[in-house]
Amino acid sequence: MLSRVADSLYWMSRYLERAEHATRLLDVNLNLMLDESATSADRRWLRVLKALGNPKDVEWKGDPYALTRELTFDTSYKASILSCIISARENSRHVREQISTEQWHQLNSLYLHATRPGMQNSLYNSGNNTGTEQPTEFLQQVMEAVHQFQGVSDSTMSHGEGWQFIQVGRYIERATATAMLIEAYHEELWGHIDRPAEGNEYLDWMGLLRSATAFEAYCKVYTADLTPDRILEFLLLDEKFPHSLRFSIDSLQCALEAIQEDSGKSRAEPLRRLAGRLQASLSYTSVDDVMRVDVVGYLREIQVQCRAIHETIYELYVDYSIQAALAG
Amino acid sequence: MSRYTQSSYMQTAQAKQFESDALKNYLLDHAYDEMLAGPGDLRPHYEPLMEHFSSLPPNELQRRKQAADLSFLNQGITFTVYGREEGTEKIFPYDLLPRIITSAEWATVERGLTQRITALNLFLKDIYNEGRILDDGIVPREVVYSCKHFRRQMQGLQVPRNVYIAVCGTDLIRLENGEFVVLEDNLRVPSGVSYMLTNRRVMKRIFPQLFHRYNVRPIEQYTQLLLGTLRSLAPEGRPEPNIVLLSPGVFNSAYFEHAYLARQMGIELVEGRDLVTHDNVVYMRTTNGLRRVDVIYRRVDDDFIDPLAFRGDSILGVSGLFNAYRAGNVTLANAFGTGVADDKALYAYVPDIIKYYLSEEPILKNVETYLLTRKKERQHVLANLDKLVVKAVGESGGYGMLIGPQSTAAEREEFARKIEADPRGFIAQPTISFSRAPCLIGDELEPRHVDLRPYVLYGDKVTIVPGGLTRVALKRGSLVVNSSQGGGSKDTWVLSQ
Repeated sequence: MLSRVADSLYWMSRYLERAEHATRLLDVNLNLMLDESATSADRRWLRVLKALGNPKDVEWKGDPYALTRELTFDTSYKASILSCIISARENSRHVREQISTEQWHQLNSLYLHATRPGMQNSLYNSGNNTGTEQPTEFLQQVMEAVHQFQGVSDSTMSHGEGWQFIQVGRYIERATATAMLIEAYHEELWGHIDRPAEGNEYLDWMGLLRSATAFEAYCKVYTADLTPDRILEFLLLDEKFPHSLRFSIDSLQCALEAIQEDSGKSRAEPLRRLAGRLQASLSYTSVDDVMRVDVVGYLREIQVQCRAIHETIYELYVDYSIQAALAG
Repeated sequence: MSRYTQSSYMQTAQAKQFESDALKNYLLDHAYDEMLAGPGDLRPHYEPLMEHFSSLPPNELQRRKQAADLSFLNQGITFTVYGREEGTEKIFPYDLLPRIITSAEWATVERGLTQRITALNLFLKDIYNEGRILDDGIVPREVVYSCKHFRRQMQGLQVPRNVYIAVCGTDLIRLENGEFVVLEDNLRVPSGVSYMLTNRRVMKRIFPQLFHRYNVRPIEQYTQLLLGTLRSLAPEGRPEPNIVLLSPGVFNSAYFEHAYLARQMGIELVEGRDLVTHDNVVYMRTTNGLRRVDVIYRRVDDDFIDPLAFRGDSILGVSGLFNAYRAGNVTLANAFGTGVADDKALYAYVPDIIKYYLSEEPILKNVETYLLTRKKERQHVLANLDKLVVKAVGESGGYGMLIGPQSTAAEREEFARKIEADPRGFIAQPTISFSRAPCLIGDELEPRHVDLRPYVLYGDKVTIVPGGLTRVALKRGSLVVNSSQGGGSKDTWVLSQ
């Protein structure tokens, strides 16, 4: 497969995952702010920004709808939902002959819907939520469209090298985003572990789980009894839940191995070592070990590792030096 | 028996009614009409078509037209028109009625095109090597050397099988007497073949019975033939050549065609940035390291293909590609420098070129052409600008043209000035009425001007799939068939008997 094609498929997938994550985060918080909770608006929305990596030039100015609008539609902010959709679609256009017609159709419809003239104004008018449609409706549509795209990808595209690069993009993005999400909540949930519960943290904890689509899955394992260490255990180490860090890294490793098999590469050793080490650190640890040492440090280390894996993938498959390739 | 007679009678009456309804705006003029030999006088090969259409319920044609449009849209056979924020996609304008060519007519076209491409290919070999035709004074040296697309770099270079023109799309028109003549040779990177193929696919879906009734010769083998042609041109000692299609990328208006052909041939679609050269060998960057490339079907113009050899500001090309080509390590189809043979001034010499190399009379004639470097012809042209068509020699796609009868005095003055300043830069031809074929305009049939671009492949031998792209000037009275200027296309049926 051409390196450029792998690059486009990888980023198409990452951008969609990024859009989905931001969409859910906004949707959950727009919904939870309607209820009375211990969390002030400032705390809530600053936390949202933190979970998105504190984007430059995006500021919390006190209006949740204005902030949502910016994070959704502002194309000068390169990780806004609309920017991500545009970038994903642009990447897919470059590999139009590599993806299935159904995939193209799905992604193109999402793009056409999101860029429809007047879309923004029908949602938000002059910063107030006085538009004819609710922002949450739009956010729901985006989430559904991304889910459908994933389903269509799985059922219409050959599960060869290209599909594996889509998996790699999705899970590396998901692992990074989940790690940042937990980190944003860390201070309040585990920062003062000895402080007695005030009774209304419940909504916050639910918000964290729902931001990772994890609420229902958590309840199936631990019942609706929410406790900080169980939440951490679930989001970090659950083996079966698709948004947990462990599951994401397992899936990433699995896709990387498939790619190594496809391209029959012996020089993939550094990548195998890197991904394997990260996988092992999630598979053979316990939540107590993590909490005893340093939760934030542990989460940051995962993000660093993900970045290193990304760079190694590029050195190996996409951006390698010609000299090295000729010698090998 | 009586019922049969009656229904047959009914049908004829219905047919007559349909004809008089549908053809009430079908007015003949001096141009050759593909369907009617005279008022109400249907040419025999169009009879089954009219009979079939007359048997369809009213509005059925419109309904099928919509089905065809939808089919194009779903297949993604579209042009993308980009605005600032949102993109819209338009389908390539398409007419529902097939253009029908009899087997006898096609036989002449096929022989004529084979003769012409053979001679032009010999001409390219000659001028880039010994230059006999120049020594013998058949074609003046200055016409060749002053040509924008002449490539000095090709001098003395041995190309595989001596094939310079692997793919060519020649534009033909029909004169008032019905004779096919050559309007233009496209020897660089002719496009449009994907529309020929997709038009056919849609037609077979929309009119299966009608298609079956006519014995139409197939064209679906085109992509396989193209692949075979490219494979036959691979460098020596590369039995399993790696063939790629080089595209300028997604922003090119023909990108759909590039992706379509690559997919149909099962070859990789590459862009300049996917290729690297090392020690005069071309490689493509894959996830599994570098892979050698042997044949490049390039859809990038000469100028942009190698910033080291040609335009230094090109970002579409591959540095060092030309040297790899010179070294014989990679084949390019078409070769560099083929554009010299489709220069519009050189066009006037093609009949002489055919006679010189093949000692044959040209089977397909040229359109009469005035060379403005000759004083007498120039004076004649300048005095008759309002009756003639003037074309810039290095342009294509309908750009840089003056159509005398439809021009304003100011435009004519401007062209006169340009001609005086650069007589080599222009040629003039009489205004020719292309032939006209029936098109569905609203609910009625109306005649529209058409041309024909058959696609000629030259590898082991010359192959032409029967038919080609019939382009239609959909605006009433218009003579410009280019898609960039309001043209459309229709399926072309070559009959097997």
